[in-house]
Amino acid sequence: QKVSVEVLEHLEHLALVDFRDAEGVERLQKAIQFADQLHEVNTDGVEPMDSVLEDRWCLYLREDDVTEGNCTKELLENAREKVEEYFVAPPGNIPLPKLEERETFLQGS
Amino acid sequence: AALNGGLRSQVSAALKEGRVAPTELCQRCLALIKSTKFLNAYITVAEETALKQAEESEERYKRGQPLGILDGIPIAVKDNFNTAGIETTCASNMLKGYISPYNATVVQKLLDQGAVLLGKTNLDEFAMGSGSTDGVFGPVRNPWSYSKQYKEKNVPKSYPEDEESNWVITGGSSGGSAAAVSSFTCFAALGSDTGGSTRNPAAHCGVVGLKPTYGLISRHGLIPLVNSMDVPGILTRCVDDAAVLLGSLAGHDPKDSTTTQDGFEPFELPDLTDVSKLSIGIPKEYHAPGLSSEILALWSKAADLFKNAGAKVVEVSLPHTPYSIVCYHVLCTAEVASNMARFDGLEYGHRSDMKDSTESMYAATRREGFNDVVRGRILSGNYFLLKQNYEKYFVKAQKVRRLIANDFVKVFRSGVDILLTPTTLSDAAPYTEFIQEDNRTRSAQDDILTQAANMAGLPAINVPTALSERGLPVGLQFIGRSFQEKQLLTVAKWFEKQVQFPVIQLEEVERHDSDVFQHQKSASFS
Repeated sequence: QKVSVEVLEHLEHLALVDFRDAEGVERLQKAIQFADQLHEVNTDGVEPMDSVLEDRWCLYLREDDVTEGNCTKELLENAREKVEEYFVAPPGNIPLPKLEERETFLQGS
Repeated sequence: AALNGGLRSQVSAALKEGRVAPTELCQRCLALIKSTKFLNAYITVAEETALKQAEESEERYKRGQPLGILDGIPIAVKDNFNTAGIETTCASNMLKGYISPYNATVVQKLLDQGAVLLGKTNLDEFAMGSGSTDGVFGPVRNPWSYSKQYKEKNVPKSYPEDEESNWVITGGSSGGSAAAVSSFTCFAALGSDTGGSTRNPAAHCGVVGLKPTYGLISRHGLIPLVNSMDVPGILTRCVDDAAVLLGSLAGHDPKDSTTTQDGFEPFELPDLTDVSKLSIGIPKEYHAPGLSSEILALWSKAADLFKNAGAKVVEVSLPHTPYSIVCYHVLCTAEVASNMARFDGLEYGHRSDMKDSTESMYAATRREGFNDVVRGRILSGNYFLLKQNYEKYFVKAQKVRRLIANDFVKVFRSGVDILLTPTTLSDAAPYTEFIQEDNRTRSAQDDILTQAANMAGLPAINVPTALSERGLPVGLQFIGRSFQEKQLLTVAKWFEKQVQFPVIQLEEVERHDSDVFQHQKSASFS
């Protein structure tokens, strides 16, 4: 069962990563095929496991006290585009162009 | 001569007694790194800061106030740990030029004890891979490719071309760290282990590789792959040294809420003489398809070794083992899809010149920054997390994970103390052969013996055992109960003493330390 172009496009949009070429799509197909082996295992009555530490201790919330910070300068150092103490991004609220308008391998499908 | 010995027993003593100075140790290591550059084990060498740290250490020794066993000891760190002021790349274009503003907890702990940070080691991009061949700085070469032991068994048909293409991989993804320790350029190195990434290269490079219990060592500052399975790994030349490193790294970290809330006491390993009270389990499913007959024989011989020494050796079953790779595949890609979302070019790392919109900038940045392997896993992960697939794949995998973890619980409850298994399916493959298959196929094949321990969060260790027919290292793996590292390492140390794994004979090292090999053990296991 091949993955539909709609789903492929949806994935590219969600992941903000592109398949790039036929090999990329093939890679996903193989990954799904491989994962399908999971269905051979009987998991009736089995609870999903989030953490191997579930029986030992819980993730906890610490006290809401300020213990560190004031490192704006250090944190901004690694950003390429900034203005005063802001990270600068291109305009938001503009969705990725639709399949037909975008330069993506999937256009050919 | 002392430099070939253990940290606690030899090197520390030599430093305290002034027989060798920290700056000398540091300079030797730096020189050796230069002369073994062809291994491509290091991405960044922090020469200036290392020498400064060595000088500070020397001052402390002169005052008679060393901080501990690790004071002045040169170490290397895998390039997926944040190191303040030093570039941290994860061998990816996405983080080229990224200078960490902070130290990972484990790095800070090492520095606080006076360790000398030589540099950052090479890996597969974002620790995804089992060969250390898929990073942007190129593949790491296994030092054993250049050893006398390997060259003797592999006379090239046409010199020097064949010699150039004959080199074997280190395994991965912590290949740089393993190669660094194996070639004597440092005394210990940090790796990471999510599916076997510390134990696999340890086996191929003939060094000790410890994967601690999940939750024992802080992951704060380790750039995450799979949050529920990642652990920092320890690579050393002997089991005692691994215990020293573990002692300085383990324990609760307020910055990592998944770390142990019980106390942790560093320990010294006893010299076990009586194994009669020990019960060793041999899981039959680890006789996996593709296991070389050589390693099968070695595994069997090791089991006999324990039996003849009086231990109880029993065959056990971990029935869900064959599904651990599939399970890992789904859980790993799902967590990766989430973890890689932070790389958008805004706050750090590579940023595309695309300016049309935020989303198109993110997409272009990620297209430019990630290699095929990383992008493939992100896309697969997103697929498994789609609403229509979530139950079918992600939750299903979490259920299978419980079954895998329960297999181990049942076996340990039945009285078995330690499991003995192979670490890899065969000795290290030549690079030209390894790259014939794609990364995912390779990882699926190579992780089969190591992955389940990550699934269950258990501690596991590779102990170099013998040389293969081709003159390359082969290791065996011990898996222990949760948080029972002392027992695990004690047994590993006993085994290490029995097998007397040979020292690598590397021309470059011999040139630097002519007296290192005076203590080479002549008896060997195979």
